[in-house]
Amino acid sequence: METIGLNHFLVVSAILFSLGIYSVVTRKNAIMVLMGIELILNSANINFVAFSKYGNYGLGGQVTALFVIILAAAEAAIALAIVLNLYKTFTHINIDEIDELNS
Amino acid sequence: MDGFPILTLLTFIPVIGMIIVLAMPGKMEKEIKYVTLLSTAIQVILAVILLSNFDYSAGGIFQKDSFQFIEKYKWIEIFGGSWIGTIKIDYFVGADGLSVPMILLTALISFIATLSSWNINKSVKGYFALFLLLDAAMMGVFVSLNFFLFYIFWELMLLPMYFLIGIWGGPRKEYAAIKFFIYTLVGSVFMLLVMIGLYFSATETLANGSKAFSFDFLVLMDKANYLKDGILSPLNPHNLRFIAYIALFIGFAIKIPMFPFHTWLPDAHVEAPTPISVILAGVLLKMGTYGILRISYPIFPQITNDIAWYIGLFGMINIIYGALVALAQKDFKKLIAYSSVSHMGYVMLGMASLTTTGINGAIFQMFNHGTITAMLFLIVGVVYDRAHTRGLYEFGGLANQMPVYTGFVTVAFFAAIGLPSLSGFVSEALVFVGAFGVDTLRTLTMISALGILLGAAYMLWTLQRVFFGQLPEKWKSLTDIDAREYAMFIPLTIIIIFLGVYPSAMLNIMNTSVNTLVEFLSVNIGNISIGGL
Amino acid sequence: MNDIILVNISIITLLLPLFGFGLIIIFSKRFPKLYMAGIGLLIINFFLSVVLLYAKLSNYISQDINFQFTWIDFGNVPVFGNVHIDLGIKIDNITVIMLFVVNLISMLVHIYSLEYMKGDKRFNRYYAYLGIFTFSMIGIVIANNLLMIYIFWELVGLSSYLLIGFWYEKKSAADASKKAFITNRVGDLGMFIGILIVFTTYHTFTFDSIFEQISNGVLPFDSNAWLTATGILIFMGAVGKSAQFPLHVWLPDAMEGPTPVSALIHSATMVAAGVYLSLRIFAMLTADAMLVIAVVGGFTSFLAATIAITQNDIKRVLAYSTVSQLGYMVMAVGVGAFQYAFFHLITHAFFKSNLFLGSGSVIHAMHHEQDMREMGGLRKKMPITYAAFIVSSLAISGIPLTSGFLSKDGLLAGSLAFAHLTGHWLLPTFGFLVALMTAFYMFRLVIMTFHGEPRNKEKYDHAHESPFVMVLPLIVLTTLSLFFWYTPNPVAPEQGWFLSEWVHTPESVVPQETRFDFMKTETEGVTESAVAFSEEYEHAMHWAHIPTLVLSLLLGGLGILFAFLIYHWRKIDPDELAEKLKPAYLFSLNKWYVDEFYEATFISGTLKLSYLLSLFDKYVVDGIVNGTAYVTRVISTISGIFDKYIIDGFVNFTAFLSGLLGLGFRRLQSGRIQTYLVLVIFSLIILLLFFEPF
Repeated sequence: METIGLNHFLVVSAILFSLGIYSVVTRKNAIMVLMGIELILNSANINFVAFSKYGNYGLGGQVTALFVIILAAAEAAIALAIVLNLYKTFTHINIDEIDELNS
Repeated sequence: MDGFPILTLLTFIPVIGMIIVLAMPGKMEKEIKYVTLLSTAIQVILAVILLSNFDYSAGGIFQKDSFQFIEKYKWIEIFGGSWIGTIKIDYFVGADGLSVPMILLTALISFIATLSSWNINKSVKGYFALFLLLDAAMMGVFVSLNFFLFYIFWELMLLPMYFLIGIWGGPRKEYAAIKFFIYTLVGSVFMLLVMIGLYFSATETLANGSKAFSFDFLVLMDKANYLKDGILSPLNPHNLRFIAYIALFIGFAIKIPMFPFHTWLPDAHVEAPTPISVILAGVLLKMGTYGILRISYPIFPQITNDIAWYIGLFGMINIIYGALVALAQKDFKKLIAYSSVSHMGYVMLGMASLTTTGINGAIFQMFNHGTITAMLFLIVGVVYDRAHTRGLYEFGGLANQMPVYTGFVTVAFFAAIGLPSLSGFVSEALVFVGAFGVDTLRTLTMISALGILLGAAYMLWTLQRVFFGQLPEKWKSLTDIDAREYAMFIPLTIIIIFLGVYPSAMLNIMNTSVNTLVEFLSVNIGNISIGGL
Repeated sequence: MNDIILVNISIITLLLPLFGFGLIIIFSKRFPKLYMAGIGLLIINFFLSVVLLYAKLSNYISQDINFQFTWIDFGNVPVFGNVHIDLGIKIDNITVIMLFVVNLISMLVHIYSLEYMKGDKRFNRYYAYLGIFTFSMIGIVIANNLLMIYIFWELVGLSSYLLIGFWYEKKSAADASKKAFITNRVGDLGMFIGILIVFTTYHTFTFDSIFEQISNGVLPFDSNAWLTATGILIFMGAVGKSAQFPLHVWLPDAMEGPTPVSALIHSATMVAAGVYLSLRIFAMLTADAMLVIAVVGGFTSFLAATIAITQNDIKRVLAYSTVSQLGYMVMAVGVGAFQYAFFHLITHAFFKSNLFLGSGSVIHAMHHEQDMREMGGLRKKMPITYAAFIVSSLAISGIPLTSGFLSKDGLLAGSLAFAHLTGHWLLPTFGFLVALMTAFYMFRLVIMTFHGEPRNKEKYDHAHESPFVMVLPLIVLTTLSLFFWYTPNPVAPEQGWFLSEWVHTPESVVPQETRFDFMKTETEGVTESAVAFSEEYEHAMHWAHIPTLVLSLLLGGLGILFAFLIYHWRKIDPDELAEKLKPAYLFSLNKWYVDEFYEATFISGTLKLSYLLSLFDKYVVDGIVNGTAYVTRVISTISGIFDKYIIDGFVNFTAFLSGLLGLGFRRLQSGRIQTYLVLVIFSLIILLLFFEPF
């Protein structure tokens, strides 16, 4: 058996990223899009940590990952607030139909 | 008189009048007319003041010192970099014996044309505003001593004229107005080119010692001011002065109007309202010949001498051709228009002689033609106002119906025929005396003399067709002239008779200047090739 | 009395009629009787002219009075120095005599018209015109220079125009006035050119100064030929005004004017102005010029006399008679009979105005009937008019005891002497033939009018002798047609004061080689005494005296006899005669077809030319202008099309293409962020694959 190396992490990360992208691109529900974005962010975090572990970059990767988690939390909070407000206004959160600014 | 800007006032009084007219509400038609009348009356008074202060012994023409009422102000002076030098245009006006008769004429005719405009009732405000602008521009042409200024006034005159014909004219007014406008504009383009060519050929010394190109007539008249390589410089062996002369001449010839550039005239006259015809024939045509005498002659003396015969030739053609075509006209106004063509031929013939008598006669003829033709057009206007037709064959026997009118008509017609004791005779006779004295022009003069025969023919025939014979039933209701029309005719009649009996009153004004001009020409032509008196 | 007073009087006589004209023209509406002022002024004028005549002939008989002033001053003209044009007055014997005649006849006509023109609606106007005529005529008479003569020359033309066309409602009158003016202008044109030559050469218009320069050898363009031409050209003015062939056509038509006007202007004074002018320039006429003048005069007198024979209108006969007599005078000038030319001018003025006023009296009596065929037998009804007519007819026929005999005989003698000296026998032939014809047609007129039975009974019954104001002038003029005013000896005019003391032939000033032999004052370097003619001429005149006397008497008598034979005693039937000589008769009746000829050539030629030129002007000259405008418009239309479809088309095509592309790409622009994101990712992948950055 091969030990778990960098490539495994990267593959997981890539799968997560793809899932995230898929979610962002296909979902109509704003919440689901947000969740996709979270996945993308987390895949990036995995990469940071993996490179930090396997490359000799010091702890920079872990630190950045921590920042990203914090940022993701903040972002999620704001985004959910926006979504709530959208819901208040439109009574749904289907992003395709929210095009008031467009017209 | 020193320092009193009389020429500027003469030119800009109508402009002030125009501003007042424009400021008035359009409904105050009567008041607008009175403002116009007042402005032109002030102009006449100023012209008389000018005349009474005029020094008859000062020559003018090319000597700055002997010009009178000079006003010269810096108008535009820009330093255009080392390459162009200083661009300098002065507001430069002055009067000499050449311009004073024309100033008097302009003031007089404008005044009379205002009286004649009294029954204009279509957008009165616009009419009189344009009329006053026209008046100012005409006056400006005659007082300018700077080519640029001259050109501005020359062009400025076109605009009101265009609208005055085009809006207040007869049935084919648009055609006539456009024809007039474009024709004159073509001439102006030539003039503009020559003006610019001259500008870049001569320099004057500024106060600070540097040299600058100049539009000043007096500068352009002096050979010493020209650059060696200027395109229109006499010092340049490859100069284009001849072509420039022809171009400039065509510009003026259109205004005269000289055959074959005359066809705008009958159209413009026929369509224009009476007062505008009066101005057109009375003043505007004189600008052409005035321009030749003021600009072409002293600036290009040598070429003038070379080409004088052709000027005489075209003068002769104008006289004979105009008279013959007039003979065939059936429209009263057209006939008078062609008679103008014929009469302006005398002016050209006189100018061509380059002699004192001839040029005196030419300028005098300019003045006399101004008064006589003005009267003739007023006469047509009077009958047109009443009968609304101008067909010569539709009338007859008006002498009994309108006796006073017929009296004035007789005076004007015989003045146009050149009856002695009326002013037209003296000027025509002087023209002939001058031209006959020159060997080369002698034959032309003899042929031209046929013009006085043809003139008698068409005028008397008209007199017979319109005024003699039986009165047709439909004109039994025509009324004789009223007080306003008296006021138009009487001053003109008095002037025509007075200058016929005592022509010196006018000739003395111009005489010194004409002698100066002839002297200047003969000196500049080099040899004394001027043949006659 | 000094000469300034004479000058002043002459200026006053000049201006008084003008004053009358102005007065009447301006104020006649307010004062309908203003014509009386005109008459009053003329009477004053007449007395002034008598004073002038007396003063001049008694105190200054051989001294001329000159007065001149500068009219136009050209100042210091380059090359020529001081040049000015002077006008002035010259009072010599001829002047005062002419002044007297003009004022007298004018005054008589003024008085006569009082009755003749009575009831005319433009009565005042008529007197105003007479005033301006008198003014202009006096101007010609007193002028001392050519310019002033020309000025007043045209003014008499104007007054003649106004008076001929006085009844302008009639087309014939209006036509005649126009014709008169224009025909005169033709002559004036020549005169004007002649004057131009004079001024160009001598720089003055004054006769005395011109003559002085000619005698000093200054010639126009340095040639004798031009001197001759100048003389002939100035004479052309006289051809027009004095109705000489070929410009005689206006005078008969001028009879459309009122009859007193014909008496004043178209017989006595104005038409004589041409002769007067010829006399004024007599000194500068060369032999060639004189010959031309003589031939013109001789031929005219012949032509007019032949026409007068067949005319039926009483005034037309007199008109042609006037032309004929004027031809006599002109011929006299040409043959050098200066004195007789002037003499005949004066005598003719009296008897011809008498005839015209007499005919006016007849016409007045016959209610404006002018055709002689409607008259007859008036002798009994109008004895005074008849007497006046008889005396004047005898005078014009050259029967002794009348004034006409004196002058006519003299000028015929002059022509005979001239022929004798130079060999031009045609001139006296004309002269004597005319004498015959004159006597014939005048008595034809007298007989047809006054003798025989009345042909129009109705008009005859109403006829009566004219009132006093019309008869008085006839009486005055009749007495003036008798000999005793001019000479004590009725057959020897040269013995009278008129010719021996008052009128002298001026000495010629032209170069000797251009004169007739008999006028040379210098033979082979020896200057003879300053007289006009050589001794030879005196001899010839002396020789011509008796034959002329006999011949003219014979011919005059013969003419009268023929007239009586044909028209009174009816020995020969005039109609039959006319039938026999039909071509000649028609030729004469139709005035030699001169009018028709002019109509067909000059007049219609000018009108056609003017019509053609007007078409030329309209279609060619103006056509070119409009054509230029049209071509410009066509070019601008073409460039407009080019602009619209090619240039603008290209621009529009570009836009269209962009639009097309945009249409395609627009699908991408869905506004859905997710689509964009897909695109971004795919683009990124493609880019990555493409550039392979790793």
